[in-house]
Amino acid sequence: MATVRMSFTPDPAYVRTVRMVAAAVARRAGVADELLDEVRLAIGEACTRAVAVHRRHELTDPIAVAMSDGGRFTVRVTDRGPAEAAGREPGQETADILAQVAAETGRPGVDEEVLTFGVGLALLTGLVSDLHVVAAADGIGTEVRMSWPIGRRSGH
Amino acid sequence: MELSLATRSVSDHMVLEIGGEIDVYTAPKLRERLIEMVNSGEKHVVVDLGRVEFLDSTGLGVLVGAHRRLRARDGSLNLVCPHERLLKVFRITGLDNVFDIHPSVEEATTGGSTHAARAGA
Repeated sequence: MATVRMSFTPDPAYVRTVRMVAAAVARRAGVADELLDEVRLAIGEACTRAVAVHRRHELTDPIAVAMSDGGRFTVRVTDRGPAEAAGREPGQETADILAQVAAETGRPGVDEEVLTFGVGLALLTGLVSDLHVVAAADGIGTEVRMSWPIGRRSGH
Repeated sequence: MELSLATRSVSDHMVLEIGGEIDVYTAPKLRERLIEMVNSGEKHVVVDLGRVEFLDSTGLGVLVGAHRRLRARDGSLNLVCPHERLLKVFRITGLDNVFDIHPSVEEATTGGSTHAARAGA
């Protein structure tokens, strides 16, 4: 099993770097080409979410990204924030937030940051069928774990 | 790739043509430009996503924000998005119900068909 680990300063500038590396590792692991856009987007969303958590709590600790290809291509993005999202189904609040946006007619409504957070989770849940948001292994922070099938030939 | 932004006027619409990647790093630049456009009195804005290679939740949040600001001023925000790759992002989040999304600038500025209207036809 091959692994690639990275950690990055919680700065938006590095999210694109992680997306690019993740897509390259996914391709190398044998994830089907037609899934790579989704992999890139989902990993970007998980990192964006982690950066937002760190910024909200003024944490400068790095965000950890670990990728491995044992059986499936598995990615773990771990923040160091209070475990607010752990154990909660990512889709729960998102549907409410989006319903509010849809019903809006120009009133201020939901805060843009809250909205973006909700949209990010909606994307994650919509893109990744194997998604788990759990407390980090060492008890500090939240881990977003995603996996995709490996095997280029499966879709052809 | 950096975000590129260019405006041009088409009849009574101001078209903002975006190129590159819209993500958590570049979205603030887009937000700033859209706010400038609204503050300078533009009412009918068309955002052309035709040359956008990547769009994430931060970008979607900025577009929703612009949509609200324009609606509050009796204006409109129309999107142009010919790529299935990006349309999927709108569909997954349900935001295809919030925006009018057109296949071309021409259709966006003349009130022509949207993807939704086509799909229903």
